[in-house]
This record gives sequence, structure tokens and C-alpha cells, in this order.
Amino acid sequence: MTIEFLVASAIGVLTAAGIYLILRFRTFPVILGTSFLSYAVNIYLFSSGRLIVGAPPVLQGYGDYTYSDPLPQALVLTAIVIGFGMTAVVLMIALAAYLSGGHDKIDMQDDDASEDRA
Amino acid sequence: MSHWIITPILLPTLLGAFIVLSVRHQVALQRVFSLVGLSLLLINALGLFVYAQTGDIWVYELGAWPAPFGIVIMLDRLSALMVLLTAVLAMCVMLYAIGSDWDKRGKHFHALFQFQLMGVIGAFMTGDAFNLFVFFEILLIASYGLMTFGGGTRRLQAGTQYVIYNLLGSTLFLFALGTLYNVTGTLNMADMAARIAVLEPEHTALLRVGVVMALMVFAVKAAILPLHFWLPESYAAGPAPVAALFAIMTKVGAYAILRMFTLAFPQDSPEIAGSYDVWLLPVIVISLAVGMIGILGAKSLSKMVAFAAIGSVGTLLIAIALFTPEATAAAIYYVVHSTLATAALFLIVDLVVSRRPQWQDTIREDRPMPQNGLVAAFYFAAAIAMAGMPPLSGFLGKLLILDAAVGNWWLWGAILISSLIAIMGFGRAGSLVFWKGYGLPETDAPAYEHPRQPLAFVAIGALMAGIVAMTVLAGPMHRFAIATAEQLYDTDAYISAVINHTMEESMAHEKEGSSYAPVDKDLIQTEGGERGTDHPQEATDGHEGESH
Repeated sequence: MTIEFLVASAIGVLTAAGIYLILRFRTFPVILGTSFLSYAVNIYLFSSGRLIVGAPPVLQGYGDYTYSDPLPQALVLTAIVIGFGMTAVVLMIALAAYLSGGHDKIDMQDDDASEDRA
Repeated sequence: MSHWIITPILLPTLLGAFIVLSVRHQVALQRVFSLVGLSLLLINALGLFVYAQTGDIWVYELGAWPAPFGIVIMLDRLSALMVLLTAVLAMCVMLYAIGSDWDKRGKHFHALFQFQLMGVIGAFMTGDAFNLFVFFEILLIASYGLMTFGGGTRRLQAGTQYVIYNLLGSTLFLFALGTLYNVTGTLNMADMAARIAVLEPEHTALLRVGVVMALMVFAVKAAILPLHFWLPESYAAGPAPVAALFAIMTKVGAYAILRMFTLAFPQDSPEIAGSYDVWLLPVIVISLAVGMIGILGAKSLSKMVAFAAIGSVGTLLIAIALFTPEATAAAIYYVVHSTLATAALFLIVDLVVSRRPQWQDTIREDRPMPQNGLVAAFYFAAAIAMAGMPPLSGFLGKLLILDAAVGNWWLWGAILISSLIAIMGFGRAGSLVFWKGYGLPETDAPAYEHPRQPLAFVAIGALMAGIVAMTVLAGPMHRFAIATAEQLYDTDAYISAVINHTMEESMAHEKEGSSYAPVDKDLIQTEGGERGTDHPQEATDGHEGESH
């Protein structure tokens, strides 16, 4: 049971759950699905600098050290912040759509849609 | 060292923040600051455009961190053209939004508009793949606000779809970037191109996966079939000035394809061959067909123009996906035309919507609206441009694309037949909306009054003037497009511009110090990537800074 196997299956399970949820037709599960997918991609980004356990992210001089790649960690940090903000935005918009439309279906109801243009 | 290259990104950022913090309650002041800011942006963009004419590639290192480690902002002919196009479009759209009082229908229109510009211009100028992602997010998060601006059930529901679709696109982009970083160990586009060229064959499987994922992300932005579902509803439901501004958003996707796939992932390189070149053109042709048939099938003018936008991007992407210098030159000519024509049509549709209280933009006959003749004339000219009929620039653009596609009879067929369908669609809609009304029996209802809105017409007139200018100045424009395409395919120059810039900088540093002693302890500790991963701390700081 290597760490690579654990991380890879975590990514796989999260992605599968995310894709299943975004194919639902109500807003709330879909937003949960996008959250799952962003967790998956965060772990994926983290592993893109190779998995090294217990090593510092910076070199101490030019010696022959083992170190972990610091860049993916920075990328993950950015991705987490952006993903967090985006989830908040989509929740607000979805909530507003639910409150004004009276339902939370994800697809457009195509009846007399052009009537209520502002 | 001049800093004018960074000001098109900084100016909207600071102005947007200023507007939202200081003048959020005074619409009149917001308008003044917006217009002044956009004028400065336009002058700045013109200056950069003139600079780019020299053929130099301007490399600007943020925080003076050397190139593959830090983030670079790049300016070549293509970037300069796109920035200028964005500035011109933004100016016209802002004039329309002010002239039609759209910006009073909700809060923070001007601030969101500025942030949107920051994202779009940043995406056109960055030379770093992850930074491209960050600018995509900036332009998207501003677009979410603009898209649902003014509220309303339909707009909010379409907005939810739009946001979720783009969230998935962003997630996919991160997967693509992770994969590309995994293979190449760099995020700088030029550095990535140089490393892919010398990649060992056993690593190319993962590279191909990353390339195809990146292409899918850009396809979502450019609305290529089957990733175009978000576009018609969002554009039709969104506020008209926003939809007009979004005419540049699909071009961001097209630009990203043009930039990344000529520079880093050329289709004939042995590492990538066969991964996307076999299916890209057919898919684009189908999306062109869907767009043009949508024009014929749409029930409302705004939907029709949204489909016309898909078709127009499809035409553009045919030229891009041929990946020859002639075709790329045609694409560069067409991208300017397509942006102006799409934006003008969206604005004209909004004129119709506001002047027909009962039927709005539904394609059916109604009593002649106020200023019917003027609106109809604008629609007529814009539809001619969009459909690619002579004499306007749409015709010249399509001619250039056809000329570049000689030998591909199926591309000729697709473009010509789809143009015919578009002409039929535009003709049918125009005659129903603008002409049929004169034949209706007179009613007793008083004529609908509507303010004349001269500024709104000036804004659309400016866009149309741009199209006419492109037609009249087609010769110089095309020469510029050819020069741009040559610069794009001269990837060695682009790569060496980045790498040599770094070397010159470091030599200058060495001259400053008295001896060749390795600089100082702090630098060595943070610049840990000298051997090994190549990605020291400074890139970290840069990315973190961008994210907030």
C-alpha cells in the first residue's frame, strides 16, 4: 500500500463522486459535485510535483538534499482560494435563482421564458 | 525600463477597486471615472500596438524575478492587437451602456466592467500558463456578476448554468495544468515549448492527455461543439451590453488556442502528432453548422445573435485550426471583424427589445417601433457584416479564410453553405421584425414613446465604423495580420526572447557585483531550484499574490 496508490485512489473516488453529482438535475447536488471535483483537482495538483514524504520544500544551499517541490503547493493554495470563492458565488447565484424562480432545477424551463426579461 | 506594458492590467484593477470603494453610490461619477479610465486604456493600448509594430517581443518580468521562475507578461503583435481590440470594444460598449441607462439597472456595473477588462487583457498578455488560469478566473468571476446584472428569474437561472459550466471548465484547466507541469516541470509557456521539443518519447502519453485537456478548456471558452451549451442561453438572457462585451470572451478561448498550440503544442511535432489534429477540424465544422442553423431556427433575435456568435467563432476556428501562416493571418483579420460585428448585433437587438414593449425581441411582426428606420439600417449593415456578404469586412475575412483553405473542398462547402443559411436567417428575422409591421392594420393604441438615446446610436455607429474601416483599410490590416502570423510561427524568437532576457538580466547583476562570488546567502536559500525542480519560492509568492 504505497502513498501513490492511496493518493491516486483518493483522486479517483473524489472525481467519480463529483462527476456523478454534477450529472444530477438539481442545483444543490451539482454544486456539491463541483466541490468534490475541486477537492480532487487540489490533490491532483499537489501530486504533480511528485510525492515526497517528510522533506522540506526549500533547499539548504546546494547540497544533495531530498526536497519536495514547492510550486505545486503554491498552485494548490491558489486553486483552493479561487475554488472557495467560486463556490460561494455559485451558491449565492443559485440561491437567488431558487428564490425568484421557485424551483432549483438546473436546466432552463423553456416555456414563456422571454416574458420576464428585466 | 518602461512599465507601460503592465498598465493596461493595473489601470482597470485600481479603477475598479476605486469605483467600488469610493463612488459606489454616485452613478454620474462612476460614469466619468469609467470613461476617463477607458480613454486612458485606449491610448495605452494604441501605444503598445505601435510599439509591437516594430516586431520586438516585449518581455516584462513581474517583480524582476527571472523568467522561467517568475511570471512574465509578454507583448507581441497578436497580444497588442487583442488588447487594442478589447479597449475599443470596451469603449463602445460602455458608451452604449451609459446611453441606454443600462448601468443604472443594478449596482456595481462599472466596477465589474473594469475587473472584467483586467481579466481579459491579462489573459491576452500573460506568458505563464498558470497565470492564464488566474486571469481566466478573474474574467469569469467578473462575468458572473455582469451576467446576472439587473436580476430577473431567467437571467439568474441562466447565470447558474453559466457559472457551473465555467466552474467545471476551470477544474478541467487545473487538471490540464497539473498534467503539463507533471511532464514538463514548468509553467512558463516559452519554457514549456522549449522543454516539450526535447522531451523523451516515453513521457509523451501524459503530455498528450494534458494537451487535449487544455484544448477542451479553451473549447469551452470558445464555445466549440459539444462544449457550447452554455453560450446561447447565457448570452440571450444576459444584459445586452454585457453580451456585447462577452463577444471578446469567446475570442479569449480562440486566442489561447492560437497562442498555446502554435507555440507549445504544434500539431506536427512528433511528441503531440495525432492527439488532436485528426478530430479538431471536423468538430469545428459541426459547431459552425450548429451555429448557422441556429440562426435560422431561433425564435428571438437575442438567441439568433448568440447562435451567430457560435457560428462566427466556428469560422474563426477553422482558420486557426488549419495552423498555416496564411490561415492564421486570415484568422487574425477575421477575429477583429467577428468581435465588432457580434458586439454591434447584440447592441442592436437591445435597441429592438427596448422599443417593442409587447413582443420585445421575439421574431414576429409588430407595429413599427420608434426610430424603426434607423434601427433597421443598423441591423441591415451588421447582418451583412456578420453573414459575410460583400461589401463589408465579413466578406473579406471569409474570402481570406477560403483562400487559405484551398484544397479542402469540405471546408469550402461548410463555410459557403453556412453563410447562405446565415443570410437566410438574418433576412427572415429582419424582414419580419422591421418590415412586416408596416402592413399591419392601424390600431387606436397610442404610439409607443421611447427616448431617442443618441449616445447609444453613436456607440453602435462607432462599432460599425470600425467594420467599415476594416473594409477600407483591408490592405494594411492584412499586411499586419501576415506579419503577426509570421511572428507567431517564429517560435524560436518568442522562446529566446524570454530566455535571453533572463540571461541579460543576470549578466547585468554580475557586472554590478565586484566578483563572481555566488550572490548572497538569502538568494541561494530561496532560489532553491537552481538544480532539481526549477521552481523556487518566488513563483509561489507571485501566484499567491494573484489569487487574492
